[in-house]
Amino acid sequence: MHEMTFAEAIDAALERAMADDERVITFGEDVTMLRRNLYVRFGPRRVRQAPISESAFLGAGVGAAMAGLRPVVEIMLVDFIAVAFDALLNEASKVKAFSGGKWNVPLVVRAACGGGYGDGGQHEQCLWGLLSGMPGIAVVVPSNPPDAAGLMLSAIQSDDPVVFLEHKLLSDYWLDYLGGASRKSVSFDVPDSAARGKVDVPPVVVQIGEARVVSPGTDLSILSLGVGVHRSLEAREMLLKEGLNAEVVDLRTVTPLDIKIVTESAKKTGRVLVVDEDYIGFGLSGEVAAVLGEAGVKCGFARVCTESVIPFARHLEDEALPNTRRITGAAHHLCES
Amino acid sequence: MKPDFEKLYFQMARIRAFEESLARLWRQGLIPGEMHLGIGEEAIVAGVLDHARNGDGLALDHRSTPPLVARGVDLTSMILEMLGDEGGLCGGWGGHMHLFSRDHLAASSGIVGSSAPLGAGFALAADYLKEGGVAFSFFGDGAANQGMLLETFNLAVAWKLPVVFVCKDNNWAITTRSSAVTGGSLTRRARSFGMPAYRVNGTQVESVWSAALKAVTRARAGKGPSFILARCCRMEGHFLGDPLVRVFEEPVKQTMEIAPPLIRALLAKPLAAAASRCGHVGYIGRVIATLGGEKYLTRRDPISHAGGLIPEQARDRLDREAELEIRDALAAALERKERHA
Repeated sequence: MHEMTFAEAIDAALERAMADDERVITFGEDVTMLRRNLYVRFGPRRVRQAPISESAFLGAGVGAAMAGLRPVVEIMLVDFIAVAFDALLNEASKVKAFSGGKWNVPLVVRAACGGGYGDGGQHEQCLWGLLSGMPGIAVVVPSNPPDAAGLMLSAIQSDDPVVFLEHKLLSDYWLDYLGGASRKSVSFDVPDSAARGKVDVPPVVVQIGEARVVSPGTDLSILSLGVGVHRSLEAREMLLKEGLNAEVVDLRTVTPLDIKIVTESAKKTGRVLVVDEDYIGFGLSGEVAAVLGEAGVKCGFARVCTESVIPFARHLEDEALPNTRRITGAAHHLCES
Repeated sequence: MKPDFEKLYFQMARIRAFEESLARLWRQGLIPGEMHLGIGEEAIVAGVLDHARNGDGLALDHRSTPPLVARGVDLTSMILEMLGDEGGLCGGWGGHMHLFSRDHLAASSGIVGSSAPLGAGFALAADYLKEGGVAFSFFGDGAANQGMLLETFNLAVAWKLPVVFVCKDNNWAITTRSSAVTGGSLTRRARSFGMPAYRVNGTQVESVWSAALKAVTRARAGKGPSFILARCCRMEGHFLGDPLVRVFEEPVKQTMEIAPPLIRALLAKPLAAAASRCGHVGYIGRVIATLGGEKYLTRRDPISHAGGLIPEQARDRLDREAELEIRDALAAALERKERHA
């Protein structure tokens, strides 16, 4: 076990996969500098800098994966995937079905996501709901270093497309790179428990589609992922003092959703609160409600999500994103009704 | 036609002073998030927009403040926006990458390349409404490889749209040398779509001004789009606090952070690969040196060039006026912020 930052854990997994399998390559904007340690070890053929042309290089990632490589394509920030949406929506996600299951796309799309550092609504989105809406693609969102490493290994080993999202409040270099963490005059609400952690060397695979109960409880189930898990754990501590014992579940994978753990937890506590940094409408939180309804689970339901465009001003942003005040408020409301 | 050099210099001085005041606010922690400044782009912005009229459209990228300063957007409201104040230009919702001024038909976006189609849309409306307006679309050389931008070149030519595409070529696509990821030449590329393309020194305001005059005249005459490639310097890195610029500002601290993992990678098994890996380390070092060093080594400051075109006395007077204007705007913004705190 090594103590690693979230970002180090991801790159350790990627480095391991690249050392084990020559077909694993990585490319995207600025990867020569962003992944300079991999660049030094593996060189420009395997760590390639791409022009700012998301539609071209993500589309090329699909083709390269179909032709036998295992590319890890970086879309710097997940917001920029909009530029390359065809590659995912109409190409990568369709190949397996269109080919009658005879051809698959072992592609990993790696991107940073999430807000909380004042960059505004074009650079801080999560979009995992949007991306999960298409069949044929898995979407994973780790919340701690061992999961980050384990899910990256899983994603590379997967024979089908996987979107791997790293939250910028967890991957410290993003805050340094984008948010000016070099300034002593600004601070960010980074969950300490998550930004560093013990990681096995080599990392242990975390299966895609497996959620995890982080803290058991009896009064309600808080389902979340990414930074939301840590906001939920903080809220759990506050709720305990106020007489409520919340179970916190880290979904880890958006799709395929771990229906078993979600329904078990809901049946146990009888109340479900989804804490989702992504948009409220037509996404993960609604999907959880639908899955519970389809499984015949009778339970209370509430959600704390992002309900508007993410504002630039920090005080507006803090209110727009799920925070402990909103989570505890929703939990009390849910348990009183 | 000859440009009014004092007017151009004054615009450039206003822009520089404004950008420098933003840099100070950012360093004080009063502006969150990323901050991309247009320091080094003043001659391009002033030289092009000297030809703008009321009603012309302005499609901007993530370095959007200089054109807005040049077009006369209220400076205090822009500073308040950066401070996240509800009295800001966009009520604190936009921030520096997403500045909008409906009154000036000016919009910016943080998505690289998107200012091209936006500008084409402004131009389409101008053409349709027959009010004689044109649109200016500003972007960098990094954006010149975006599909949406190249598609827009074609669209604008096919529809004969009155748009002036201005590429601020600072050699960099974030931390990647543009030449390493760009095929062919950008001017030849633009010409191959069927529009005139001008390659100018973007640190010399008079060169930009002359090329822009031709482009704008063509657009207003209903003859379609033009492309201006204006070479310039990126004097503050990609954004404030750029880690590669910091290598020069805090060499010991940054080197201590960057070097150890690089050395580990260099010595990873198989060790026999270490020799070729030395070349990779050298490449990283060269990128850091050229990118980070640009701030300190550049001799192509557009302000000093423009200053040389006018009498010293005028320059001093215009500098003072610009400083005063920005100082007043800043004081008004901070005073409002204080009052509402």
